[in-house]
Amino acid sequence: MHQFRVLRTYDVARVAVFAALIAALGLPGALNVFGSAVPITLQTLGVMLAGAILGSWRGALAVAVLLALVAVGLPLLAGGRGGLGAFALPSVGFLLGWLPGAALTGWIVERGGHSPSFVRLLVACLAGGIGAVYLVGVPMWAVVGGITLGQAALQTAFFLPGDLAKAVLATIVARGTQRAYPDAVPAVHYDRLRAGKED
Amino acid sequence: MLHRLPVGVKLAGLAAACTVLLLLRSPWAMAVAVGVVVLLFAVARVGVAAAWAQVRPVRWFAVALFGMQLVFADLPSAVLVTSRVVLAVALAGLVTLTTRTSAMMTALERGLSPLRRVGVDPFRLSLLLSLTIRSVPVIADLAARVREAQRARGVEWSMRAFAVPLVVGALRHADALGEALSARGLDD
Repeated sequence: MHQFRVLRTYDVARVAVFAALIAALGLPGALNVFGSAVPITLQTLGVMLAGAILGSWRGALAVAVLLALVAVGLPLLAGGRGGLGAFALPSVGFLLGWLPGAALTGWIVERGGHSPSFVRLLVACLAGGIGAVYLVGVPMWAVVGGITLGQAALQTAFFLPGDLAKAVLATIVARGTQRAYPDAVPAVHYDRLRAGKED
Repeated sequence: MLHRLPVGVKLAGLAAACTVLLLLRSPWAMAVAVGVVVLLFAVARVGVAAAWAQVRPVRWFAVALFGMQLVFADLPSAVLVTSRVVLAVALAGLVTLTTRTSAMMTALERGLSPLRRVGVDPFRLSLLLSLTIRSVPVIADLAARVREAQRARGVEWSMRAFAVPLVVGALRHADALGEALSARGLDD
């Protein structure tokens, strides 16, 4: 339990770099729908990767750090958006949904042991990156936009093909990364940290 | 004038204003709210261009929302719902415009300091925030280099050939950074 409470220096660096990675994935430029009310970006890809590689609470922490810096006014969201205004938009739920999204992705991957299978990674990315994010995003979209839940769900369905493609891409990238760098598997990283402590 | 107000007051004011906006039920009350917001922008001496830049991201959404409300409800509720969203965005933008990022960071760190009681070290937290800010240009630079390597290999359109080296590179950088910090005794 101890290792989950204390944020070791290794984790500070990993969390910071992944928060920066999510920000950097917004740089190539966002494809906007509804005048950027809900932009399609690669940033959700970064959110899924943060969960799949850092594990549940470290992944969620990376998202929290990014959102805190956005709230403070840094233009780290896709298309250089930032500031408190990003949280007043009707799409705010799709941002806040990143927190449980990364956490759920990480939770499922963590249960896959030292070499999570492709299917497990895919399920994790779908459940976290789409399921959890939509679960927060759609109701908030309905409340802030003043429309019914059904209408909000219908409009969100428009983004589903893109999000499915991103979940598959996140799975392929997470799998490739974990093969090239075994320490990118949460369970392997925890073991190494534990071993390091015994030295 | 708004620039000098303490950050905490501005944030509390923003939260209160957004709540009031949700409670307004008549178009007349909303008209007064519009007047108040315009007045606040004037008091803060924010130019029209800067003010527009804050609201611009929601312009098409506002049009779509207005049209939808008009179809499914009536004109008063369309006006009410649309102006509520636009005003909330404008007010949030006003707080961001009149506050330095450094002042917001200080407020954030102060706001998070009660977490000390559940075992979160405030120093580690501010290290985390500043490391993230420092890492953004590093990772953006890494992304540019991976793109160039991709071009050289002729796999420009493969997302996999872009993202895997980027993520592995980012992890290597993070772990080297962690090692360097640890070597300086940060875990003691």
